[in-house]
This record gives sequence, structure tokens and C-alpha cells, in this order.
Amino acid sequence: MSKFTRIGLAAVAATMVSGAAMADSAKLGIRSEPSSMDPYFHNLGPNNAMLGQIFGRLVDWGPKMDGLIPRLATSWKAINDTTWEFKLRKGVKFHDGSDFTADDFIFSFKRADGYTGGNSSFRTYTKGKSVKKIDDFTVHIVTEKPYPLMPNDMTSIMVISSDVKGSGGSANMGLKAKDFNNGTATIGTGPYKFVKWRKGDSLVLEKYDGYKGPLAQPWDKMTFKFIKSEPARTAALLAGDVDMIDNVPTSDIGALSKDKRVSLSSGVSNRVIYLHMDQFRDKSPFVTDKSGNPLDKNPLKDARVRKAISMMINRDEIVDKVMEGVAIKAGQLLPEGFFGRSEKMRPQEYDPSGAKKLLAAAGWGDGFGLTIHGPNDRYINDARICEAVAQMLTRNGIPTKVVTMPKNVYFKRASKGGPNKSPEFSFVLVGWGSGTGESSSPLKSLLATHDKSKGMGASNRGRHANPMMDEVLLKALATVDDKERGTLLAKATEIGIGEDQGIIPLHYQVNTWATRPGLKYNARADERTVGLDLVKE
Amino acid sequence: MTVFIIRRLMQAAVVVFFMSFLVFSGVFVIGDPVDILISDEADEEDRERAIAALGLDKPFHIQYLRFLGKALQGDLGESFIFEEPALLLILERMPATMELALFALLLAVVLGIPLGMWAGLKPDSVAAKSIMTGSILGFSLPTFWVGIMMMMLFAVMLGWLPSTGRGETSEIFGLEVSFTSWDGIRHLLMPAINLSLFKLALVIRLSRAGTKEVIHQDYIKFARAKGVSRNRIILVHVLKNIMIPVVTVIGLEFGGLVAFSIVTETVFAWPGMGKLLIDSIGLLDRPVIVAYLTIIVFLFVIINLVVDILYSILDPRVRLQEMKA
Repeated sequence: MSKFTRIGLAAVAATMVSGAAMADSAKLGIRSEPSSMDPYFHNLGPNNAMLGQIFGRLVDWGPKMDGLIPRLATSWKAINDTTWEFKLRKGVKFHDGSDFTADDFIFSFKRADGYTGGNSSFRTYTKGKSVKKIDDFTVHIVTEKPYPLMPNDMTSIMVISSDVKGSGGSANMGLKAKDFNNGTATIGTGPYKFVKWRKGDSLVLEKYDGYKGPLAQPWDKMTFKFIKSEPARTAALLAGDVDMIDNVPTSDIGALSKDKRVSLSSGVSNRVIYLHMDQFRDKSPFVTDKSGNPLDKNPLKDARVRKAISMMINRDEIVDKVMEGVAIKAGQLLPEGFFGRSEKMRPQEYDPSGAKKLLAAAGWGDGFGLTIHGPNDRYINDARICEAVAQMLTRNGIPTKVVTMPKNVYFKRASKGGPNKSPEFSFVLVGWGSGTGESSSPLKSLLATHDKSKGMGASNRGRHANPMMDEVLLKALATVDDKERGTLLAKATEIGIGEDQGIIPLHYQVNTWATRPGLKYNARADERTVGLDLVKE
Repeated sequence: MTVFIIRRLMQAAVVVFFMSFLVFSGVFVIGDPVDILISDEADEEDRERAIAALGLDKPFHIQYLRFLGKALQGDLGESFIFEEPALLLILERMPATMELALFALLLAVVLGIPLGMWAGLKPDSVAAKSIMTGSILGFSLPTFWVGIMMMMLFAVMLGWLPSTGRGETSEIFGLEVSFTSWDGIRHLLMPAINLSLFKLALVIRLSRAGTKEVIHQDYIKFARAKGVSRNRIILVHVLKNIMIPVVTVIGLEFGGLVAFSIVTETVFAWPGMGKLLIDSIGLLDRPVIVAYLTIIVFLFVIINLVVDILYSILDPRVRLQEMKA
């Protein structure tokens, strides 16, 4: 018996055993519904989480985002500075029985790249890259400049079958979003098959028996129920209507942890909650003197003032009182375990007297007035964090007002509500989840000098700018060697946050899922709720 | 009658026009979904492409004229979020809401009229007083709170009913309905009761007031003197005469039930169009918001029309021609 057949038999035996032992279904009550079953329609958290179970990707993140796992690609490497080679898995079949080859990947890549419509496209991961087929199971992806993040980007591109017939038309390779929504084109290589999507209500997936790959198939059938209202989600779990819920509000965690009908799973996410300060205007609209009159000078341009503000914030208290213990203090862009962190940087300790000295040294010993703006329906307890920060600053000589608003109003104003599409506010609370699983994404978007043509600083709402940091970051972005890149990213973080205090990190969000006893959710760092990660204990 | 109907429809068109302008400009001022939806990783070029793809880079008057031009041809635009015709999205969700609203209305009428009449006929009895106190709770407790309490009681503590969602559905005349199966009814029960509570209280109060008024009328006294049976007096003479205000109010309130079942639908995760509206507002999906409100305006106009016609049937003194619409 060849080695290959032996492995094959073992896999068959394993499937049979697990199939017999777990012939059952799971119901998951989740907050956010995907907007489409078309994998390139929206680059949106709920879509990516749900569709990754139906469609394969070349590589994917493990639950903790601490390493990449091979899905449709079995191995990958940079063969020179500008070319990445991916070896594809052999013997993989789509849900309709057709074979997966390099052509399917290229078809998918092209559809993602040229997708018209949708308002959050996957071009972010495909632009500047071209794919070449070497043979049926080898592809080369070529870039103009050295591009180390290729495998990370490939965790976002899902593979559809090139044989699927849609409703035609010239756009999007003849496949329309509705072809996916009704199931005709929803044919992937993932561990679960699409069964039915009842919009606003539920989505049903069924185990794909021919699945080949590294992911587990813990359930025969999974039903996702979309329950937006927080108390209703908790009630659905307590009533036994669902086996698991996501996004458990922090205020419920205390009571649920004592409830015997429930077991909680939580894990730190890749999302940092931080404050951005206006560092580009000489007269900042929401910086005033202590009695609320406009100021001629903008104290936030001075790094010492920004550092003093950071020192005035008692992060322990925010974590304990506002987040009810369910968060981790932050000193940089990503929590421990992620790539490209600086080992030197620690969360700023609460130091009111140090803050006072720094403010005095910067010439603002008498303090000034501020307004903090934040969303009230985007991050866990966002409005209450704003209030806490404002109280802490007020107590330490910077009287601060709080204005919070729904996210649909907030983000537009915070990004470009001011004159000439400049950020409208002076002092904002925002969060950032790093999709690439390492620190270059937030460095590039939040701290790099705002420059549209270079695609840098797109979410730099404080317009922090430091050519020295830009230089280190650009070098890191073109360094393929992991170790060297890690050092450079750490250095960029040390300049951007350590020296400049371009942003003030507050904490890393911790997400909580609740299951019925006997089950466990492998809490994912990317905040996704994926049925495969709901397992029996 | 025809003139009356035509005049009403023209008025509706004017209302829809003004409403669309108000909503369109309101949502325009707030913003667009791109800032909420776009991935953090996208750079500014991607953002501008997305905005242009939705036609949102154009000035307000051009966007509005484009919308009007299409709307006149019956096309209310494509949803920014789902990229499907907004009208279709709403119509797809409508059966669920209609089912919920009709069921709630039925509960309100079937329970409300007898209870109200009872309270009107025996105003001093303990039962009447409890009914009236109960009706105060019915319209003073907030719907979402009652919904959550019901869920806690019937789903979590007693485990009698499923907490959320819509049950099994089957197709009747191409419409998905859920009252044909036991599972469907079990899912329907709690949201329908929740939605009906307010209307129930209203119907109770109206029937009671009507009964108290009618019962002292000469024709009732006459019927009684003539020896007509008590049952016949109540079921024919009283009931028929209290129906006029009840029908009027129920008619108008039905529009409200459909349009504003939002809270109940959100609490019970009922996949109706109210939930679609609230999600669309959250994501600033302008075409869906405008289309939804247009449908609701037409719905109200039609219900008003039907109520007026019913009115003329119930009360022969009312003539449609004389009503200044």
C-alpha cells in the first residue's frame, strides 16, 4: 500500500468515525447577517466569516491569527523578490463534483480584481498583482515591487468554480450576486455546502462529504439565525433555541458566567481601541480654552501634550469598570502573539503628576478644553469609554466634553466632515482590527503620512506625519524576510507611538461567545463567528 | 365615487413627491454607506471608486433628478447594500410583516371587542375594572420591554414557545406563510401578541365607550320594551352601532401596525420589512428607505380610502361625494 492510499484510508476511517459519533446539527444565534453569498460582493466581516465555510481560500488564519494554515495551497514561498509561488492541493473537488485546478483560482482572482459594484471591494488584495499559471497545481503571483504580505492577502480571496453557469452578462464573469444568493453559483470547495438563505432570518449549511483540507467538520448541519437584538440573543440561548450566540454584551457576562445553562468562551481580538488627535491644524475646531472659547494654537500638535493625555488615562480603570474586566490594556497596535509588535512597548501607566509636568514643560500647564467624539454603536461600550476618558482628562486639568453619535453619521464626519474633506473633529475614539494579522496594516493606515496617491494614511484621522517613520515603514513593506521585516515594523511602531504618540492606544477588545454547556467556541482573534470553531468539549 | 378615488390618488402622488424629497435630502445630508461598509484596509482610491460606483459623487440635485426620472418609470432604485431593486427587497419581506400585522389585528379585534363590551355593559363589576386596568398597561408599557419580558417568561422560564425567528413556512398563492404549521404558529404567537397589545387596549377602550353610549339610546330601550332577547340586543343592536368608530380606528391603526412593526420585528428577529427598514437606516441604504416610505404612504392612502368606503356602508348618512376627501 502506498503512503498516499494509507493516508487516504485513514482519512476515510476518520470521517466515518466522526460522522457516526457526531450525527447532529448546531444552531448559532449571530448578530450580523452577511449582505450576500457572492464572495466578492462586499469585503465585510460577516460575509467573509460565513463564506469562508463554503468557499476555500489558498491560505487561511488559524483561530488565534498567530499563523497561516494551508487550505487550497499546500505550500507557498517567495521564489524571488517579486514572485510568489503557490502549490495547490491536489484531488480537491467542488461541491458539484468538478475538480479544483489553477484555472479556478485564476478565474476567481480575475473576478475579484475586476468586480464592478459592491461598495467594499477585494481589489485591496488583488491590485498590482498578476497571476500566472505554471501547471494545473502551481501558480505564480507577480508584483512590481517586493511584496511580503502576499500569503496574508490570499487569506481574503475565496475560490469559486470556473465551470459554474450564472445568469450571464458581461460584467463580473457572467455571475451576478443573485446567482450566489439563490444557491446556483454558491459552489465552493469548503467543508460546508450552501443549503438555503432566508434573508433576515437564517442561513443553513450542510456538511460536504467530499471535503479535502485541514478544516474540521464538527457538525452535519449548521443553522445560523440572525438575531440582532442583544437581549433576544441571550434569551434565545437560555431558552435552548440556539446552541451558541456571539457578541455577548459585557453587561451580561457577569450574570451568564454564574448561569449553569451557559458556558462562556472569550478571546482577545486583533482590534485595538485608540484615540486620534488633530496633529495638522493650527486652529483645531474642538480645542478651546478652559471656558470654551476657540484657541489660536493647537496644543495637540505637541507630542508632549499627547503623551500627557495618555498618562492621564487610567487604563486599568477602563478595563475594570467600563469593560467589566473583559479587555486587555494596550500599549501599541496589536496584542501579544501577533507579528510586527515591539517588545519594548508597554501600556502607559496612569501617572497624573508626570502628566502635569509634561503639560507644564510644553507650556500648557494651565490646561485647555477639548471635545471627544466617538461612535455609540460600533465597538464594545464605545460611548462609555468616551465618557470615562473625558472624566479622567477633566479631573487632570483638561475639561473635556463628550459627543457620541451612531456610526452611520460618525465615520463620515470623522474621516472627511470638515472643509476640503478634512477630518471634522479634534479628538476621536476609533478602533482598528488588523486584517493582515500584523502591524503593517494599522501603521500604514493610521500613522503613515496621509497621501492619497500613495495609498497611505487612509484612516489617519489625526494626520500624524513623521517622514522618519514613513521611511522605516516603506522599507518594511518591501522586505520579504520575516525577521528583518518584524524588526522594522517594531521600529516604526516605536517611532509612531512611542516617540510621537501619534495615537493613544487604550485597550484590545476581547470578544465573548456563549454556548450551552458541553460546547466550546475556539474564540477567534479576527472576531469572526464560524461554525467550524464551535466544538464539543 | 370614481372622482373621489381619483382625487385621493392624486393627493397621494403629491404626498409621495414631498416625502421622497424630504427623505432623500435627509439621508443625503447624513452621508453614505461607504464609510461604514468599506474595509479598514481599503485605501482612498478604493473608497472613491466605491462612492462613484454608487453615483454618490454627483451633486445633490443631479442625484435627486436621476432618482425622480427612474421613479416615474416605476424604478425606485437599487439598494446600495444588496444591489437588488429596493422595491423587490421590500416586497420579498412584506408577506412576513403582513402575516404578523394581520394576526395581531385579529387578536386585537377578537379579544378586544368582547372584553370592551363586557366592560361597557357591567362597568362596576370587578371583571370590568380589571379589564380597564389591564388596558392601561397595554398602551403604557413600551413594546420592546414587554417583548423581552414575554420572551423571558414564555421562552426562557417556561419553555413553551420559541424565543425568536419565523418558523416553518409553506407557500400559498406564491406567498410564504407560516400559520399553516404548528411550528409556524408557535413562532408567530409571541410577536403577534406583543404587537397586538397596544391595539387591543385601544379596541377595548373604544368598544367600552361605544357600548356605554349606545346602551342608553332610545332604540335599545325600545327593543328591550318590545321584548327582544338580551343576546339579540347586544349582538345585533349594540355591536353594529359600536362598529363605526372601531372600524375607522382599526383601519387606520392597521397601517400603523404594518409600518411600525419595526420594534417587534427587531426584538423577535422576525424577518419582515420593518427589520429591513431599521437595518437600512443603520447602513444609510437610501433607496430602500425611500422605497419603503413610498410604499407606506400608498398603504395609508389606500387604507384611508377603504375605511371611507366602509364607513359609507356602515353608516348610510355618510355620502362619499360630499366628503372633501
